[in-house]
Amino acid sequence: MAKHVSTDKRRGFKHALIFLIPGLALLITFMIVPFASAFIISFTNMRLIARIPARFIGFDNYIRMFQDDVFGRSLLNIFYFVAVVVPIQTMFALGLAILVNKKIKGATFFRTVYFLPTVTVMVVVSVIWSFLYHPEGLLNGFMNTITLGNWTPIDFLNNKAWAFPAIMLMSIWQGVGFQMLIYLAGLQGIPESLYEAATIDGANARKQFLYITLPQLRSTTTFVVISTTILAFRLFDQVYMMTGGGPERATYTVMLHIYTQGFVRQNVGYASALTVVFFLIVLGISITQRFILKEEREVA
Amino acid sequence: MEKLRSKKKTEFISKLISYVLLLILGFFFLFPLVYMITTSLNPDERSIERQMGSVRAFIPEQVSLENYGNVFERMPFGRYLFNSVFIVGTTVFIGVIVNSMAAYGLARFTFRGRGALVSLVVALMIIPFEAIAIPLLLMTARWGWLDSYHVQIIPFIANPLYLFLFYQFFIGFPVALEEAALLDGAGWMKIFWKIALPLSKPIIASVAILHFLMQWGMFLWPLMVTVGPEFRPLPVAMQVFFGQYPRLWGDIMAFAAMITLPVVALFVLLQGQYVRSVAQSGIK
Repeated sequence: MAKHVSTDKRRGFKHALIFLIPGLALLITFMIVPFASAFIISFTNMRLIARIPARFIGFDNYIRMFQDDVFGRSLLNIFYFVAVVVPIQTMFALGLAILVNKKIKGATFFRTVYFLPTVTVMVVVSVIWSFLYHPEGLLNGFMNTITLGNWTPIDFLNNKAWAFPAIMLMSIWQGVGFQMLIYLAGLQGIPESLYEAATIDGANARKQFLYITLPQLRSTTTFVVISTTILAFRLFDQVYMMTGGGPERATYTVMLHIYTQGFVRQNVGYASALTVVFFLIVLGISITQRFILKEEREVA
Repeated sequence: MEKLRSKKKTEFISKLISYVLLLILGFFFLFPLVYMITTSLNPDERSIERQMGSVRAFIPEQVSLENYGNVFERMPFGRYLFNSVFIVGTTVFIGVIVNSMAAYGLARFTFRGRGALVSLVVALMIIPFEAIAIPLLLMTARWGWLDSYHVQIIPFIANPLYLFLFYQFFIGFPVALEEAALLDGAGWMKIFWKIALPLSKPIIASVAILHFLMQWGMFLWPLMVTVGPEFRPLPVAMQVFFGQYPRLWGDIMAFAAMITLPVVALFVLLQGQYVRSVAQSGIK
């Protein structure tokens, strides 16, 4: 298309350069350089504030990771979080999208209500839900009412078994509206004629959902699953605010470990090694998911 | 006749079920926000603690704005608000210019390596900020950037996702007008500012909204790079306020409501645009 405008490639670059320079310079300085230096720093014993010059220590940081029980725990926790939150949030988002996509009065109003949590800052959401999860808070009060007074109050955020599920619930509450809107766009992209043809052929609503809606939403689902997974891996704000990773590290996450090592303890070298592993895990999982979801599409 | 009536009946029932579901879910998403507001309006901390576990928490015994006043007394709230607005406003404004310019350069000119550059931008979208936070902290600390506005602005201006959204827009955009201007002797910069950018309002709105949300809620980075009230944005101030004991829930909720309600009101007004923004971010 741009060929009409300038056929001479070298002149094209001359013109393009002035447009590209600010953006590229910033991307290189603040993304590519730090990203590349994470790999280099991970082989050193660099400190945030240098008292002694950093030196290369080979794979020591990576070996240390295997002996770091806290890191092991944080990995297990984050996999637990991803395994619970991603499927529930994805299905919930699809359900919400189908519901607000119905041609009934007030659907737009409810669509707005459902996405309000997504425009609420996570720190604020953490504060509100800490109040809800209070031993004398609304959730305990509600449970007490529906069990007719047979409920023993739980201090959700200070309870080893409950703290993480509590954070999962509030995370889904905050995030699901965003995926709902993405699914909604996907739903509206499905040609109406497909449903009309299916109705004539006598397919009921369940069949239409299974054989039209779901297959047509494959690429949307791939996107939603991958982006929710990446978001889930980055879990930090809520746990920092609500539990600080406790009780007994029950909610301690990889990002919390990176923050603690890199910032609080100033072990930038070790934190960079953690960062590299964190990135490779996220990348590996995204690629695997893309591969699996694509495979399914070919089989179908 | 009988069949028609039964069809109408099932339609009615399915509609009824839809509304019941919509209402229950609406309650689920709304009640924590309402809880925040009603608690913030209750000036009596003891009454808040007495009622926090029951429906009465939604109907405060007294209503006043006392808690809101307390927030201003206990903290330089105005300063935090200014910091947040200034940081977010500057980042989004410069971000729109820088990202759209780079996208225009990639979309409108042919040169060797153009395809590679586009692929690079797409590849950069995979890197989460968390994966560069620590080296970026080290870098900016060595430059003496800590505790400033620019450390919270400059690294977040250029963004591969927003650049790519602009790129897609320009690629699918007819060049006829721009060609005509070129023949009239206008320079490329002039064409970009006078023709391309004014015609890009829909994508500017989408990108600005996504960029705003990301920057407004940013927590981890300002937590590491700010020290005191001077440059600290609202989310970190909220965390500090929340960490002060004894916890006065009325004041805390007033603080939370002041961060939340203006933004919520804004997005209720802009809801159509927000829905489009999110849909556009769903590219693969």
